[in-house]
Amino acid sequence: MSLTEALGLPPEAAQAVLLSLRVALVAVLASLPAGLFTAYALARWEFPGKSLVNGLVHLPLILPPVVTGYLLLLTFGRTGWLGAPLADLGIVLAFRWTGAALAAAIMAFPLMVRAIRLAIEAVDPGLEEAAATLGASTPRIFATITLPLILPGILAGAVLAFAKAMGEFGATITFVSNIPGQTQTLPTAIYSFLQVPGAEATVARLVLVAVAVAMVALVLSEWVARRVAARIKGAR
Amino acid sequence: MLEIELHHRIEDFTLDLAFTAPAGLTALFGRSGAGKSTIAQSVAGLLRPERGRIVLGGEVLLDSARGIFVPPQRRRIGYVFQDARLFPHLSVRQNLIYGQKLAPRSLTAPQLDEIADLLGIAPLLNRRPAHLSGGEVARVALGRALLANPRALILDEPLSALDPARKAEILPYLEGLRDRFGLPILYISHAPEELARLATTLVLIEGGQLRAAGPVAEVFATPAAAAVLGPREIGAILAGTVAGAEPDGLMRVETAGGPIFLDQPGLVPGQRIGLHIHASDVTLALTRPEGISALNLLQARISEVIEAPGASAHVRLDLGDQRLLAKVTRRSVAALGLRPGLPVWALVKSVSMAAEDVTARGTPG
Repeated sequence: MSLTEALGLPPEAAQAVLLSLRVALVAVLASLPAGLFTAYALARWEFPGKSLVNGLVHLPLILPPVVTGYLLLLTFGRTGWLGAPLADLGIVLAFRWTGAALAAAIMAFPLMVRAIRLAIEAVDPGLEEAAATLGASTPRIFATITLPLILPGILAGAVLAFAKAMGEFGATITFVSNIPGQTQTLPTAIYSFLQVPGAEATVARLVLVAVAVAMVALVLSEWVARRVAARIKGAR
Repeated sequence: MLEIELHHRIEDFTLDLAFTAPAGLTALFGRSGAGKSTIAQSVAGLLRPERGRIVLGGEVLLDSARGIFVPPQRRRIGYVFQDARLFPHLSVRQNLIYGQKLAPRSLTAPQLDEIADLLGIAPLLNRRPAHLSGGEVARVALGRALLANPRALILDEPLSALDPARKAEILPYLEGLRDRFGLPILYISHAPEELARLATTLVLIEGGQLRAAGPVAEVFATPAAAAVLGPREIGAILAGTVAGAEPDGLMRVETAGGPIFLDQPGLVPGQRIGLHIHASDVTLALTRPEGISALNLLQARISEVIEAPGASAHVRLDLGDQRLLAKVTRRSVAALGLRPGLPVWALVKSVSMAAEDVTARGTPG
């Protein structure tokens, strides 16, 4: 907590920052495999219902976030059609931080898929064909040719999704509410402190933290992406 | 042996043909859009034709009637693409061994060192494809396909991206390949020179249909050949090394058949260049001609006499490991008794330097 003390944050606000980082990280890591698969399917496969899948993936981008949060509540709430059987298994998402991670992942999913899909579409399928004529199976081609070539795109997608997850507000507050120490994330904490007279200093510090986290993520990803791209292009 | 029978429709284009490619180099020749690439992709398994049957050395790779389709990764057919398709994120060495690691172990499988030496790419092993020249890229692509220990090879215009000098550099490797590994090679080309130099079997394709197929000497002589080959001049590219300038300013270039003199200042001694020599610019003589103005006299041996449509014939000449083509009349073939094995003198009336596409026609005579 020394860092948050140095920033002069009250414990509630510090918890919100840490929770947001955890929520965003879990949301990105957990949705990355699904994002990669979806992006690959949309970029490379023709299948019935492709435009439907494409539409569904992008839905959170165009729906009001409150609506997405409400739909999550209907689906994953204790009495929801998925939430009820999950609750029987002891898995509860509504009003828990895991629910915040789910909401963040769904809201960030279109951005992640889009970035990865663009990267996959930029890979010359001819390279994959060449690998096939050299005897490589489809999984091997993906692991040795496609994946290394789209790494910068995956990274960009992950960072974009992380930033989106850090800032998610509407769906989160609707689905998991705004319980300090439990489901209160950085944006909902800023919102709460704005309602409290005299907490302007805390709000300002939280805003600074939000900006700093976003900048660090961006700079870090730019740096890694550049290194990866340079390695691919052969600058050694 | 590679047996091919294909029927495939793409929009308003229909490919419908059957032929057999024996061991050696089978050239698929036709204009662009004739269907050559569709054939190559079908053989490699990158395209599944509507109907067809492809059998390689007794193994059925495709039989649409019986629902057999062997995917490309299990066909073991090497494919050298027109655009090389080297993996940009891997070094030359990693590119070369990509398929080798996946090929079944065998005693006769080519080894990295051997192939790298054969193709002259040993010094490049640690580089990335982005740092290679066009000729180097083509050789690495060839090496990569060979190291996968293929049972057949497809070369899809492997030289089209190269300037004539690089072509002259790679052609000997392809000849070596054809003669050494004993694989059926499907060679797709637009260039009659390459075909004249490399092919053992010739398949002429026009608009998705087979026009002629068979040993190159036979097919060349058919009227169908003229239709597909067109009036384009055929010739050969002879590799040479610049020896230096003569006192009168002419450049002396050493070739496998003797010196060639070029009015081409600016050449550096030791430089390897390609000399483009049209078949119609080569005259043959049985004895060394005396008292003539032509400077360029090469010693050669006839390897094959190919009767062309009309009154003409093409004579293939061996100059050491190099090839030259001469276009003569059938009357001359009969009058001089031209036949394989006969030593002759080739008078070259005109030479252009292939390296920089600078024409030095009308060599002073």
